[in-house]
Amino acid sequence: MNKKVRKYVFSKVLDEYFSGNHKAYRFIALFFKELFKRPFHLREVINQCFEVGLKSLALISLTGFIVGIVFTKQSRPSLEEFGATSWLPSLIGIAIIKALGPLVTALICAGKVGSSIGAELGSMRVTEQIDAMEVSAINPFKYLVVTRVVATTITIPVLALYCSFVALYGSYLNVHAEETSSLISFYQSAFKTINFLDIAISVVKTIVYGFTIGIVGCYKGFNATQGTRGVGKAANQAVVLAMFLIFIEEVIIVQIANWIRYF
Amino acid sequence: MQIFKPHVINKEESVISITGLYKSFDDLDVLKGIDFNLYKAENVAVLGKSGSGKSVLIKIIVGLLKPDRGEVVVLGKHVNQLNRKELDDLRLHIGFSFQNSALYDSMNVLQNLTFPLTMNRKNLTKSEANDAAEEILDSVGLKDKLNQMPSDLSGGQRKRIGIARTLILKPQIMLYDEPTSGLDPVTSTEIIELINEVQQKYNTSSIIITHDLTCAKNTSNRIAMLLDGRFLKIGKFDEVFDTDDEQVKGFFNYNFIQ
Repeated sequence: MNKKVRKYVFSKVLDEYFSGNHKAYRFIALFFKELFKRPFHLREVINQCFEVGLKSLALISLTGFIVGIVFTKQSRPSLEEFGATSWLPSLIGIAIIKALGPLVTALICAGKVGSSIGAELGSMRVTEQIDAMEVSAINPFKYLVVTRVVATTITIPVLALYCSFVALYGSYLNVHAEETSSLISFYQSAFKTINFLDIAISVVKTIVYGFTIGIVGCYKGFNATQGTRGVGKAANQAVVLAMFLIFIEEVIIVQIANWIRYF
Repeated sequence: MQIFKPHVINKEESVISITGLYKSFDDLDVLKGIDFNLYKAENVAVLGKSGSGKSVLIKIIVGLLKPDRGEVVVLGKHVNQLNRKELDDLRLHIGFSFQNSALYDSMNVLQNLTFPLTMNRKNLTKSEANDAAEEILDSVGLKDKLNQMPSDLSGGQRKRIGIARTLILKPQIMLYDEPTSGLDPVTSTEIIELINEVQQKYNTSSIIITHDLTCAKNTSNRIAMLLDGRFLKIGKFDEVFDTDDEQVKGFFNYNFIQ
């Protein structure tokens, strides 16, 4: 009697979902395992920091500046209704440093850096460049993945801080156009309601975003298949998944931050 | 063309020994029981149709793929039982020339050559690495391409650089994956000559994966005919093709017409 061989544990879709998750967790675990092993490839980390940081600077500057101006322009009428325009710098400060700066930077970097990492590693995978490293006794995970994830984790917090300052400057220019005020007094007012915990949480947030963008881009690129089509798919999935995770992380971190404040 | 001269092969000393090798991908059985030995200073060409598992075989030898069953012993070491460090140490003795060269496209030719060297020989200075790269490039006749990017090179030049990159680590075994595919007859001949030069100069043992009979005949001591996941025949060129087997004859006739 022919016995029917069971091909999947649950179903094709469920099996792929669970095995995909398992593969992703193993990828993250391997990152932490390799992170503390020699060699550290510091030169490549610096090179990647340059790629991530300096090459995103123009876009971050422009976006941060526009966000500052637009947010100020949108907020002014509401505050004017209550005669509370003097609160504008504080409101802008809270919004930009606690939420907009990190989030805008992370979303821009997910688009620019995440897609670039996904496409680069994906292309290296399908053209056998990663295999070429492997057969030359070079650990491609260590050289390609660890260096890129470390670079994004270091650089994106710095970019977010820079983005916040540029956004505040954009906001200042808008405020200055309406009523005369000095840059120093604007920044003083903006930071008056911000405490150390707010800045620390923002930094932690951007570290998490940076790690997410790096690891997702590398995971999708490193596991790309199906030739050139797979490269495009890897780049696209790197952006979509990173953005999705960033929003989820934002909600979780804000919730944890609120708990910390209560205690 | 430089005539291929058979080398003195020591049949006592096997550098690669494969027994009962099986490999499948999902439902597709690619290798169905391969037994094979490569002796020191020997060149063996593995012939077979596209998709017959030729490349899979050498990827298993170098540890890029894991077999389902069977034993692969390279330079006295069981490839499947090695940890990462041991496998890397073994890989330093194996050169792998990829079908599409697999040059690092973000690096120029010089960086492509020095990269494996500087990553594996930590006490090497930059000038020593550059000198070694220039010497190897000279031996493949492309010294003037030092600062060019891979995208600026022709297919034949890329293959030569790919071979040079593997030679820089002074391997004992060379694995060539389709070295003449996609090349015009003149460039193919140049690559065939280069394979023979490499064998004579570095005394390497090689497996040449190909479906090009000219390449197989002019580079190899023995031919292994891979059909339906098994070696149908292994022997000298004339022995392999002096047969009534329709599949082997068909392969020969196809190449002859080509």
